[in-house]
Amino acid sequence: MDDLGFIVASYVVTFVSVALYARGVLHRSRKAARDVPRDKRPWL
Amino acid sequence: MSNDRATSTPFTKGLGFFVVLGIALLIILGIFVSPADVNQGESVRIMYAHVPGAWLAYLAFVMTAVSSAAYLWKRTRSLTWDRIAGASAEVGVLFMGISLVTGSLWGRLTWGTYWTWDARLTTTAFLFVTYIGYLAVRGLGGTHQQRARRSAVLALLAVLEIPLVHFSVELWNTLHQEASVAGRGTDVEMNGLMLFTLFLGVVVFTLMYIWLVLHRQRSLMLEDMLDDSGLDNALSERRAEATQVGH
Amino acid sequence: MSNAGQQRFTGTTVIGTARLIAAKDLRVELRSRVLLNQVLPFALIVMVMFAFALDSDAVLERVAPGLVWLAAMFSTLIMVSRSFAVETADGALDQLRSAGVPAMGIFIGKMMALMAQLVVLVTLLILTAVVLYRAELSWAGSVLLVTTGLTATCGLAAVGTLYGGLAAGAKGRETLLPLLLLPVVAPVLIGATRATESAFGTRGVSTGQGWPWLGLLAVFAVLFSVSGAVAFGPLLDD
Repeated sequence: MDDLGFIVASYVVTFVSVALYARGVLHRSRKAARDVPRDKRPWL
Repeated sequence: MSNDRATSTPFTKGLGFFVVLGIALLIILGIFVSPADVNQGESVRIMYAHVPGAWLAYLAFVMTAVSSAAYLWKRTRSLTWDRIAGASAEVGVLFMGISLVTGSLWGRLTWGTYWTWDARLTTTAFLFVTYIGYLAVRGLGGTHQQRARRSAVLALLAVLEIPLVHFSVELWNTLHQEASVAGRGTDVEMNGLMLFTLFLGVVVFTLMYIWLVLHRQRSLMLEDMLDDSGLDNALSERRAEATQVGH
Repeated sequence: MSNAGQQRFTGTTVIGTARLIAAKDLRVELRSRVLLNQVLPFALIVMVMFAFALDSDAVLERVAPGLVWLAAMFSTLIMVSRSFAVETADGALDQLRSAGVPAMGIFIGKMMALMAQLVVLVTLLILTAVVLYRAELSWAGSVLLVTTGLTATCGLAAVGTLYGGLAAGAKGRETLLPLLLLPVVAPVLIGATRATESAFGTRGVSTGQGWPWLGLLAVFAVLFSVSGAVAFGPLLDD
């Protein structure tokens, strides 16, 4: 079935890129949070 | 432990849990449970990932425009709006890129071609490039206020640009001799389960958007704070040097 | 003494500022001859390279209008960069602003100077198309062509000045400007190319079919002139 490859590819592209982006964001925030004291973060 | 909670709160953790659950459900329903379409066949399954993705990109760009306007309006001026605009644009570019890919995969199955010069597709490509430019402008440097002002004006200009591009591409297309393939094979007869899957996709992607923007906006804030404190540190070091020389 | 006072007065009104800035930019241009010695030769060589790439008289004749405007757009990018490099080289733009010169006047002045240079460029490009690509020009076609050229360059100058000012003074703006500007000017490329096609009579399109495209060009020019004049202040303010 030719369609299956395309269908699976579109789901993989979607969720893998989102996962990679989310990982990148969390990584960046952890790195930045190391040097910012807790009381300066309004959401905590 | 405190590192682990850099930008997350109980709310985002709960939200993230639901998003992951929703994605799993969407994949199960979209690929395995829901039926094939009468006209499109199996390729309709791509729609459950593509339509919510495109929806999210448009939502994100609208959010960017609204927050940019809120920044430019003096009474609500706050760098928070600027960071929301930036975070939203970033998420929007990501999802616009994703939906361009999934859309052309779908087009290949349905129309037999990856791309067609239909006004909606072309405008989407322009949106993508425009917001890549927007993100590049945000990275130009200068003070936070400079960045905010530049990018806010740019985001509002995009609101002007995109309808013009869409309109002119449409005019251009009416002259085109080749029949447009867009619109062909798009009429889907959706039964209850298919509609539910699509609806679920939109809800899950919207929640995903909120999660991503909350985290990204907070990490942008942390980075801005680091920039400021870096400047403060440099200044105080310089002052310390100066007083030492004075002694 | 009174003369100096008068000078200052004309300098702080929008129209007066615009006139001064435009005159200044054109004078800089006349002295440095960047347009004459660099931009126009660049546009010419682009037109010649198109001929190498397409390698067929028939195809060239068919696509001549598009090539004219494509070359015009690439050259616009260079001219916008140049227009603001002059301004930001020693922080002149900031000094103008801190001296209380109205931003709207700066915008209109720079736009006018840019438009004047673009008109020269587009005229040359069209002549090149007539000579190199064998484009035919009728009397009615020339009227359409002149109107198209003026409206399109007005739009290009407005957008160019606006986006040039947006990126002015930032590092890396030379590479950023094309990315920002080209998507925005797509409607001008579409409209001006179609109008020029009917002026040249390419593909048997009649002159009359070209006029509606002017509507698109005019809307573009008006929208971006107005929004540029309004947005330029907030952009430059600190």
